[in-house]
Amino acid sequence: MCGERGWGLEAVMNASSALMKAPAVAGYVDIPFVEKLRLFDEVKADARYPDYLYGCYECGICVAACPSARFYDFSPRRIAQAAAREDVELMYQQMEEDIWECSQCFSCVRCPRGNNPGGVITIMREVAVNNGLGSARKALEGYTRIIYKIMSTGTQVSPDMLQPDAFPDWGPEVKDVSENLDVWRRMLPPETMHTTSTGWDVDPRTLIELYLIWFETGALDMIKKVDEGLHMILEEVMEERLEEEGIER
Amino acid sequence: MTIPVQLLLKKKEHFERDEHHVPEDFHEELFRLEAEGEWIVQRVPEPYIEVSTKYGRPKKIPVAGMWHHKSCGQCGHIPGYSTSIYWVMRKLGIDYNDPRDQTSCTAWNYYASATSNAAAQAAVALRNFAAAYETGYFPLIHCGTSYGHYKEVREELIRHPALRDQVRTVLAKLGKQMVMPEEIVHYSEWFYAMRDRIAEKQVLDFSGIAVTVHPACHYYKLVEGDAIYDPDVYGGQRTAIVTALVESLGAEVRTYSTWFDCCGFGFRHILVQRDFTRSFATMRKIEVMKEEANPDVVLTHDTGCVTTLDKSQFAAQAHDKNVGVPVMSEAQFAALAMGAHPYKVCQLHWHSTDYRPLLEKMGIDWQQAWAEFERDADKLRRGDQRFLTWEDVDA
Repeated sequence: MCGERGWGLEAVMNASSALMKAPAVAGYVDIPFVEKLRLFDEVKADARYPDYLYGCYECGICVAACPSARFYDFSPRRIAQAAAREDVELMYQQMEEDIWECSQCFSCVRCPRGNNPGGVITIMREVAVNNGLGSARKALEGYTRIIYKIMSTGTQVSPDMLQPDAFPDWGPEVKDVSENLDVWRRMLPPETMHTTSTGWDVDPRTLIELYLIWFETGALDMIKKVDEGLHMILEEVMEERLEEEGIER
Repeated sequence: MTIPVQLLLKKKEHFERDEHHVPEDFHEELFRLEAEGEWIVQRVPEPYIEVSTKYGRPKKIPVAGMWHHKSCGQCGHIPGYSTSIYWVMRKLGIDYNDPRDQTSCTAWNYYASATSNAAAQAAVALRNFAAAYETGYFPLIHCGTSYGHYKEVREELIRHPALRDQVRTVLAKLGKQMVMPEEIVHYSEWFYAMRDRIAEKQVLDFSGIAVTVHPACHYYKLVEGDAIYDPDVYGGQRTAIVTALVESLGAEVRTYSTWFDCCGFGFRHILVQRDFTRSFATMRKIEVMKEEANPDVVLTHDTGCVTTLDKSQFAAQAHDKNVGVPVMSEAQFAALAMGAHPYKVCQLHWHSTDYRPLLEKMGIDWQQAWAEFERDADKLRRGDQRFLTWEDVDA
């Protein structure tokens, strides 16, 4: 068929490249190949990587099971294939364009080859954050208040987040909750749940231990790469609290 | 050649375990590492109930003495979920510990933003496990994502000595020991194991209630070998979790074709990219359930799934989507069956999709129940009382 249309190898390769949008068109910065290679090497250096990728049959079971593939131009198979083929260019493109569409539901681990494309994506996202890639900054733009909440209070979402302007699509009950929040929380029989700004009442000592974990594992430093302002606030909050307790790092 | 459809369907009636496709039992490594002094394995306390997992390995589910590892999303946005778990345990006379020395697993954030790493995630998990161990109570994980993530953490720690060393160094600075539970137990597994005792306390007849079940991805897809499978439920083809309890309560479970699909939560999507979440939840789950099974209620067993399937239906009405099925956890459903108050215990006023027709079908007078709730709220507003207690909610 290729012959009939006069497609030689070069033409096929060109057609394949044409399928990849130019970075400028796709909305991210192109970088030298050596930088892309460094990013891929960082992905491969993660200790979990060999546990997540064994090759790809190209059967498409992961795509069939993937919720994001139904609504986005996204494919866990393409992730697994690019990683298995060590396609440096495509890995970079996916780090800038695709990885944040993944739902992280891990339906793709249905893979008969034993791959975990969702796990590979987790690692690619970590590398994107650690290197301050544009995709990571953009994906997390509206999300930073959640990062602040989880890292500083130890619970991810709080009752007082339920505000009608934040969740207008969740129905009128959100307004009822926000208007009656204090009383309705005090009506909950478990004593730990009378809180409004955290999911439950976290012991102050527990929170200090959490802060130490963020410092000691480098998790707090990761924030600096995607949001310097947020990093500064978090660092100040945590250091002040540790100082009050007389804890030196 | 025609496709032998009937033969294929027959094969799917019952799951035959392939003895050559059984993952290694992680317990061997768990106990080997304990013997080498790497960590303490917290044993499942007696008495426990043995249940069957996907590849036939028995799993111990403790009956009592549990340390409730709470869920951010449940406590924060679906408080009747957590309250119902506690209420059912109290009605069965089960002793438990509701700790303040507990943080979130932080996995919702990790799967949403990747602003963390393997060492931090493992340290958070083991700090919580150590806190539970110090109390003498055994961790019971409320959230499906916490449960799935903790299983991942366990796998990673078993496989990677360098990660264990890193986490040990961090925990030492906190004055904590390395502790790993013998089993990672989800609250829905306790409900499964205790379903007959729960049914004994049932006061409402649910035989006229039709249910569809959404099994949570992070429960049975992530590190699949721990999830409960029962040959008597779906022929062992799907996890038996939730469904077996519903059957014990006498309600009718109806199946639908997209049962394997995720709910559409997406972690970051549910908070800041909800167009995707809403589309998936309504078009791939709720509409399919309505068309194929027409249930009275959707039951699931995870924070994100209840949130997504419930909250996504309101806006979808503007697009004339075939929605309008109440959503709750099986813990709330079981509590209602046992006579729990729909507002003071199950906190259904925090839910979005209209649940009132369901309550009427269950024989619950929701108008009277709401009036009772409002009377109690007024007591708190007037300052007659600061909090409602467990005794108050059953008064």
